[in-house]
Amino acid sequence: MGAASFNIDQDAQGRRSIQLAGQWSLRAIENDFAELKTSLAPVFSDPFVQWNLNNIEQLDAAGALILLQGWGDKVSPHVVLKSEHAELFALLLKLSLPQPKKSRFDWGYPLEILGLRVLSFVQHLKEFIQLAGLLLLEIAYLIKRPQDFPWREFSANVYKSGVTALPVTALLGFMIGVAMAFLMARQLRVFGADIFIVNILGLAVIRELGPVLMAVLVAGRSGSAMTAQIGVMRVTEEIDALTTMGISRILRVILPKVLGLTFIAPFLVLWTSFWAISGGALSANLELGISFRFFFDYLPSVVLPVNLTLSLIKGVLFGFVVTLVACHFGLRIKPNTESLSASTTSSVVTSIVSVILVDAWFAIATRGIGV
Amino acid sequence: MIAAESMQSTDAPIVCEVKNVSTRYGNVVIHQNLNLQIRRGEIVALVGGSGSGKTTLLRHIVGLTKPSSGSVLLFGKDLHKIDRLEQQHLKNRFGMLFQQGALFSALNVFDNIAFLLRELKQFDEPTIRKLVMHKLALVELEPQHATLLPAELSGGMVKRVGLARALALEPEMLMLDEPTSGLDPDRSHKFVELIKQLKQSLGLTVLFVTHDLDTLVSLADRVAVLADKKIIAACSLHELAAVEHPFVVNFFHGVGRRLEKVG
Repeated sequence: MGAASFNIDQDAQGRRSIQLAGQWSLRAIENDFAELKTSLAPVFSDPFVQWNLNNIEQLDAAGALILLQGWGDKVSPHVVLKSEHAELFALLLKLSLPQPKKSRFDWGYPLEILGLRVLSFVQHLKEFIQLAGLLLLEIAYLIKRPQDFPWREFSANVYKSGVTALPVTALLGFMIGVAMAFLMARQLRVFGADIFIVNILGLAVIRELGPVLMAVLVAGRSGSAMTAQIGVMRVTEEIDALTTMGISRILRVILPKVLGLTFIAPFLVLWTSFWAISGGALSANLELGISFRFFFDYLPSVVLPVNLTLSLIKGVLFGFVVTLVACHFGLRIKPNTESLSASTTSSVVTSIVSVILVDAWFAIATRGIGV
Repeated sequence: MIAAESMQSTDAPIVCEVKNVSTRYGNVVIHQNLNLQIRRGEIVALVGGSGSGKTTLLRHIVGLTKPSSGSVLLFGKDLHKIDRLEQQHLKNRFGMLFQQGALFSALNVFDNIAFLLRELKQFDEPTIRKLVMHKLALVELEPQHATLLPAELSGGMVKRVGLARALALEPEMLMLDEPTSGLDPDRSHKFVELIKQLKQSLGLTVLFVTHDLDTLVSLADRVAVLADKKIIAACSLHELAAVEHPFVVNFFHGVGRRLEKVG
């Protein structure tokens, strides 16, 4: 057994003949077919060379293809070969190849993409509304039969997406509070308006930052987890198994997630806002010398309590939007790795964008309240 | 005839050798001083009860896991004791068909089979296309199947594509983990015929794990029985009849009836 090799002879009349020997196959690891092809190129270009393949120990599809290509997609007329090699050549020449894809640039292509995007958006919207409708039906069913409420799953989701999110939301809220108050303090001191830091910080955090910060964090950590979980459950047919057991997948899988996060989200908003304001108070204390006691005494008188109500409503809305989007994308995952990663990404991006859109709409709708 | 076959196989060089392998996971002992030899050109079946460590042994052989003690020699070399490049060359000399196919789900059939051919960096794209079509023809799939994604294939087709991928580099040895599980009897019969035919035309050595008696009877030259944490017998089906081990006796009850059927 040896690597593929060849030997060229020239007789008295100047006719050349070539002897092939060794293993013309991928099994001989010393073989490099790219190299063989280039070194054989001068022989291939001469149509009168006599080929002798009788000494080849083993010829596989790869080796045979290299020879066939050199001969111009046919067996050379001047060739001596074994019968099994002839069979292989015949088999390879018979192979039908599917048409290669056209690579010509199509001017309609961008338009087509745009159209497909619009259609896909409409499809998403339809399925999203359908999911919301199914959820409503399940809730109606639960009102009729409250004993079917999935308490265990509900509490598991409250714990998973709410309780375990406490440390990270606190840390992030606190840090942002410190940083924002520090920057504000610098600006306000120029105008001698130190005291207004309480108004600005309180309003910004309670009305805007707290809910949005919470929503972004929850979309990132719980939303993506939900999408991936539902997706894998679909891939492994767990959801189908549930359905065949006569258990509604919406009731058991989707509803507890939606209700769980929607329930816990306002509490997370309170928690995040509390830490952000504490961070701000610390910054104000260090930078402007405003005492903690004064800060927290003064806060309720400048930030109307109705703002807190608004922020809690926002929390509920955002929690609902994040989970619904996450579940929607989870249910669309196809059984392959590419779809899993693409859907999880879309889920997080879409829920953050939706949260900000809802926030903008909410800001306009409540522009006359509390400010 | 049987004697002549076994004579021939004892002369052939050893392709795969499992020496004194023991495997422990925590306190659970799976293999204890297990020995097995596979010679070139053989079709060896690995059988044993559920949880007897068949798949674990196969994973040791292909180098996915390392035994707690002992060694596995493939083509005379220990996969865990050679450098990376040599390891890759050695791994290109055998192909593995996983139980669920393990096709790359993001790639279509064509790209799945072309994957290793492209990794070699020896062929241009037209050659790769032809080689892939050749492999598809070998496993009796149509060229138009090349554009399908693994998720769009039926169970039998997944196995065939998996086999085509395992054969992409025309390896010397083929490892099959439950090659016919999940196939209906007709398809499983066809798949077995396909493997036999490929073994003939490509000169393969085959090691396969199976639970299916029909596959075993129609495919295996030699049966290695894994029980009591070791290989208790590695011989032809006919010789297995003389082995008196509860597992073998029980197992043979089913085999005997089938042997009568095929004569």
